[in-house]
Amino acid sequence: MTENGSRIASPADLSARREQLIAEDVGIRRILVCSTGCLAIGAREVEAAFREGVAAADLQGEVQVVATGCHGLCAMAPVVVIEPNDVVYGRNRIKYVPDVIEQTVKSGEIIRRFCFGRDPEMAHLGDIPFYAHQTKAVLRNVGRVDPQQIDDAIQRGVYEAAGQVLTSMEPDEVVEEIIASGLRGRGGGGFPAGLKWKICKESPGSTTYLICNADEGDPGAFMDRALLEGDPHSVLEGMIIAAYALEAAKGFIYVRAEYPIAVEHIRIAIEQAHERGLLGPDILGSNFSLDIEVREGAGAFVCGEETAMIASLEGERGMARPKPPYPALRGYLGQPTIINNVETFANVPVIIGQGGVKFAESGTEGSKGTKIFALAGQVNNTGLVEVPMGATIREIVFDVGGGLPKKREFKAVQMGGPSGGCVPASYLDLPIDYDSLREVGAIMGSGGMIVMDETTCIVDIARYFISFCAEESCGLCAPCRFGTVRLKEILDRICGGRGTIDDLNDLERLAEVVQKTSLCGLGQTAPNPVLSTLRHFRDEYLAHVADRTCPAGVCTALLPEKEVATAAKEG
Amino acid sequence: MADLVKITVDGRQIEVPHGELVIRAAQDHGVYIPRFCWHPRMREVGMCRMCLVEIETPRGTILTTACTTTAAEGMVVHTASDTAKKAQEGILEFLLINHPLDCPVCDKGGECPLQDQTMAFGPGESRFVEEKRHYEKPIPISDLVFLDRERCILCARCTRFADEIAGDPLIEFKDRGNHTSVETFPDLPFSSYFSGNTVQICPVGALTASAYRFKARPWDLLVVESSCSHCTVGCRISVESSQNHVLRFNGVDNGATNQGWLSDKCRFGFEFIGSEQRLRTPLVKVEGEFREASWAEALDVVADRLGAIIEEQGGDAVGGIGGARSTNEDAYAFGKFMRTVVGSNHLDARLDDGLDARFLAAVSPRAKIADLDRAATILVWAPDLKEESGSLYLRVRHAVQERGAKLVVVHPRRTGLDDRATHKLTYRPGEGPALLGELAGGAGDYAKVLETLSLGPVVAVVGRTGLTEQPQLAEEVAAFALSLPDAKVLPFARRSNVFGALDMGVAPTLLPGRAAAGDSEATGHLEAVWGPIPTQAGRDTMGILQGLVDGDLKALVLLGADPVRDVPAAGIARRGMESAEFVVAIDLFLTDSSELADVVFPAEAFGEKEGTITNLEGRVQKVNRVVTGPGQSQADWTILDDISRRLGKPLGFASAEAISKEIADVAPPYGGISWELLEWDAKEGAVVPYGEAGQPVAYRPDGVDREALAAMSRNPESGAFALHLARTLYDDGVLMRNSLSLHALAPGGAVHLHPADAARLGVSEGSLVEVETVDASVRLPAVIDPSLATGVVYVPFNQPGIPSLGSDLSVVVAAGEEVSA
Ligand SMILES: Cc1cc2nc3c(=O)[nH]c(=O)nc-3n(C[C@H](O)[C@H](O)[C@H](O)COP(=O)(O)O)c2cc1C
Ligand code: SF4
Ligand code: FES
Repeated sequence: MTENGSRIASPADLSARREQLIAEDVGIRRILVCSTGCLAIGAREVEAAFREGVAAADLQGEVQVVATGCHGLCAMAPVVVIEPNDVVYGRNRIKYVPDVIEQTVKSGEIIRRFCFGRDPEMAHLGDIPFYAHQTKAVLRNVGRVDPQQIDDAIQRGVYEAAGQVLTSMEPDEVVEEIIASGLRGRGGGGFPAGLKWKICKESPGSTTYLICNADEGDPGAFMDRALLEGDPHSVLEGMIIAAYALEAAKGFIYVRAEYPIAVEHIRIAIEQAHERGLLGPDILGSNFSLDIEVREGAGAFVCGEETAMIASLEGERGMARPKPPYPALRGYLGQPTIINNVETFANVPVIIGQGGVKFAESGTEGSKGTKIFALAGQVNNTGLVEVPMGATIREIVFDVGGGLPKKREFKAVQMGGPSGGCVPASYLDLPIDYDSLREVGAIMGSGGMIVMDETTCIVDIARYFISFCAEESCGLCAPCRFGTVRLKEILDRICGGRGTIDDLNDLERLAEVVQKTSLCGLGQTAPNPVLSTLRHFRDEYLAHVADRTCPAGVCTALLPEKEVATAAKEG
Repeated sequence: MADLVKITVDGRQIEVPHGELVIRAAQDHGVYIPRFCWHPRMREVGMCRMCLVEIETPRGTILTTACTTTAAEGMVVHTASDTAKKAQEGILEFLLINHPLDCPVCDKGGECPLQDQTMAFGPGESRFVEEKRHYEKPIPISDLVFLDRERCILCARCTRFADEIAGDPLIEFKDRGNHTSVETFPDLPFSSYFSGNTVQICPVGALTASAYRFKARPWDLLVVESSCSHCTVGCRISVESSQNHVLRFNGVDNGATNQGWLSDKCRFGFEFIGSEQRLRTPLVKVEGEFREASWAEALDVVADRLGAIIEEQGGDAVGGIGGARSTNEDAYAFGKFMRTVVGSNHLDARLDDGLDARFLAAVSPRAKIADLDRAATILVWAPDLKEESGSLYLRVRHAVQERGAKLVVVHPRRTGLDDRATHKLTYRPGEGPALLGELAGGAGDYAKVLETLSLGPVVAVVGRTGLTEQPQLAEEVAAFALSLPDAKVLPFARRSNVFGALDMGVAPTLLPGRAAAGDSEATGHLEAVWGPIPTQAGRDTMGILQGLVDGDLKALVLLGADPVRDVPAAGIARRGMESAEFVVAIDLFLTDSSELADVVFPAEAFGEKEGTITNLEGRVQKVNRVVTGPGQSQADWTILDDISRRLGKPLGFASAEAISKEIADVAPPYGGISWELLEWDAKEGAVVPYGEAGQPVAYRPDGVDREALAAMSRNPESGAFALHLARTLYDDGVLMRNSLSLHALAPGGAVHLHPADAARLGVSEGSLVEVETVDASVRLPAVIDPSLATGVVYVPFNQPGIPSLGSDLSVVVAAGEEVSA
């Protein structure tokens, strides 16, 4: 039997440990309090109140309060899930806690007023469309485990795939498995992960490095954050498997410093994994060794770009470098380097668990598995959602997201953050995957989805995103440095009521130059919001320059005087 | 040789080395792809995006940067397709948006890559009306360079140069996006010895040289290629003048020597040419005062007085010093003048540099500078190259930094290359021979160093690390180096054409063509052209000066030499000249030495005359006339020829080119060299062969003799410190003194000492220290220098206003009294 906290010597040892943990928990009911995303809204106090309440009710032997990662339904923060039946209560306050313990925990009664939509029919996770329409594969542990307790992860089966790989598969077999799965990078580019690994393995070099890209700079995106905060061990497990496949001995997690909880949780996870022999030398008795170092990024958007990240890791200014050579050939310190996104790594254990071929059964022709989105904007159920590739925008926005508030009209959804594009209502039934989105001028990006209704001005949105890119341009190459500023100036002019038809042509022409000539992905994709909105909402631009009106009523310079006054009051 | 691959550029198939950058491959075959950031001598960065071309790949045609794409078999490149042109136009448009377009008042106007490429590749109109960026107008970023940020297109050539080539990362990009700008660090100027290169490679007028700002327009400049005369590398430069004034030097990319780079001393050290202080007429001293004289008058005085001394006491009573600042032709004329007209073997081009003439002239196998690019290991046991030869320094640095060569530096003090050295050995001046013995023995810690040095090919740069070092040590170091695998030596001495002058026989032990004086075959060969030459042993520079002091010698001929400043034992130099009955000087300026002469002739300077020079690797290059000399100045050889005629033994030279033909006749290694060859076929110069029959063997190929080394080691007298006396890039030399923007940069006098010694003596940084040698006693501010060994003081040589300390090893050091402020 493995002692609590001691090294786990083999996969068999790991299974034994897992069984022991499961056995220890039989008969225990758990109260799962989100202690990451919901912290801002008082989750810590709620958690403490539950602990006190459980103690006061003398339930410690049978009820556990667990601080977990994000449950996804951030619109209802702070969210609490009560096992075994997965009763979900939202908008929890300290003063409600005694009632919950008394009625629900002790007697299994449902309290209507805490239910989703105050509807007792919606008392359980499975009842709520937001959850019912999701497929939690990568997020399976997030919200279910205490991310600061490696035993929780082990109990849920984390590290079993790694054990299997390390002791019964050849590195090449692992790569083949990932190729078979059809997994594509979740960081935005959508490059086939297995193929990238294969190229890397074939590259000359003395050492291979592995980097987990956790820079997540898209405004509004928090998929990677949720994973690192809520289930860091699965990310580590994915990295262990990747490192084994690539025969890498050193890994980095480059995480933005603005994510203090993620940083803390991943550091704790690494420490605990070391204690258990799941990192460091001779992992699970396999002879394979791996060290993972956490590096905090200073928050420049471009540092999420792989070559800029490598430059930053090398201690240089975080600026992109020309590709080729791609990092897989010559990356960190000139050696073959694999950079994958957090979510990409988190998919790896799922693939090993199911088998690559099985994994490839889900999703669409060109995009396999699931994708996590951060749903935001004018939608009822904002939050973190995971759906199979190929789900339609309608399913995500209406079925999962519960539609727009105040019965407002769906106008468009901005996909892929500042590198992405606006997809109009006519594509509501578009099955989303890497390729379909590209066709309509957007990109999957890292998974940001911002829903817009008729009160959103499309030109203003384009201006917002281009301003973001202009601010974040590293300044290295001329088209991005000067071009984004120029595009922004033209949009400023249009929103300011000084635009002309010529400006629209200039926008298009310049956007294309920036897209085609920029050095790195930032510049190459920065014009996407402009180009996609020009493509799908040209009328709205024309209204600004020809009719001098802003149909959405946002651009104050184009509003009649009294509307400006009201707009000002509302704003 | 890399494999060749076939690629197609704009429809034409060409063969280029595999892996060659497309931008370079195309250019080598006549297709110019526009560019701003790419520089052929720096790492490619693909930043400016100007060089976008279309390349056909199996996965379709892509638009990509030619400066980061390498040629591969079958590659098809379109540099001027519609897409490529649109991209290039787009980039130019963006660059012009923020460019002030103040071309009429910009130094770069007329030679500006941005201007040129806009004409050639641009859209023809600018479409933008927005506000441009605004910055404070040009700001000085160093003593020599101004930066106008409004004009900057952020190609990072300058910042990359500073970091990658110069090793002085003192400028860098600040801020992001549209606010990005080139900046120095707070309170830290861009005080690199190489800052001027950034002016040359800046593709716009953002960086300008204070010496050239607003002086001329490029189309008014007369441009002539020549070689620099500040050290023995002979970097190729373009000398640019307007209305008979030299206005600037630029580096010329010559793979053999400088690859385009110049140190600031070389770039800006032309001011002396146009100096007001230049001599314009002959001067004759009457009752202790110089007065201007006609050429004939001055020649009469020389004929009378020098003639009388030769007649009465024999040519042996006359010494001749100089020739190292002259062309080969001038030096040859000097040697022939001394040996045949005067009849003396007392002649020397070295100014107590300390290295044996035969060693400098003949040590071989001789490395070429370009061998540094192929060496696995480089040994530098020589002066600090950063101070004495900027381009050699950059070359070594590049080999180590960019190519991974191993570097071993041996020096009494920190040098510019230390940060790149695999091993650095520091020693006390005087103890060099002992260190060499231990190193060659390879015991203890030296085993590792020896292991590094055993990685061939090895190139050893060997010279005298300082002016108090045993002169023979360099020969022992060379002998050691040549026992290493696949090793070659580059002997280092710094005074411009000293190697050429030695090859011309301006040394007591050498005849033209590196023949040993006294060698009967060589003498016979020479006498067939020259007539009889004296046979008695000659004196070197110190021998001549001492001879004058002792009265053994009576007269002195100076050719572009300033012994009082140049020779460490300044006291002997001065006394020698004062004791001489007659001194004639041929010079550009009245120097501390020519002040003491009886007759001074005004000479033409570099840039005013034609000829050849020979660098440290034996490369002969042509130097050219760009402006005419001031007043009645003449070439050295003409002046010597005039004197020879007055003395009744005419040298009979018709022209400098005729002299070069005579050199080819009498000096076998120069047999194949003619001006015509250098001007037309051998643009990078021609290397004269080493190790030929008749050249003296100046090294022992069998390695070091440890006993001899042990005997050579010296220590200062008890209680004294060992003196390390070494040159700095900027100093009080005559050319620097007359190049005003550089003279101010001389570091000035100081005494560097180890912190432990400083503590013991009770001195701190900046407090005064008294140093006393047999020659002089001075008080200088202290600099705490942990790179020295204890018991050593370092004093920079030849600083403005500081008397020379002489080359004695021992120096007595004590805390000086504080001067009250
Ligand atoms: C401007 C810019 C920002 C990026 N930011 C991120 C990021 O925050 N996180 C990320 O995983 N990838 C980001 N990427 C993509 C990475 O360059 C890289 O493609 C990715 O990390 C590869 O991992 P994947 O194949 O697993 O997606 C960014 C790319 C660009 C051009
Ligand atoms: S100053 Fe000149 S060389 Fe330096 S980045 Fe600007 S344009 Fe380039
Ligand atoms: S020259 Fe190629 S990007 Fe600048």
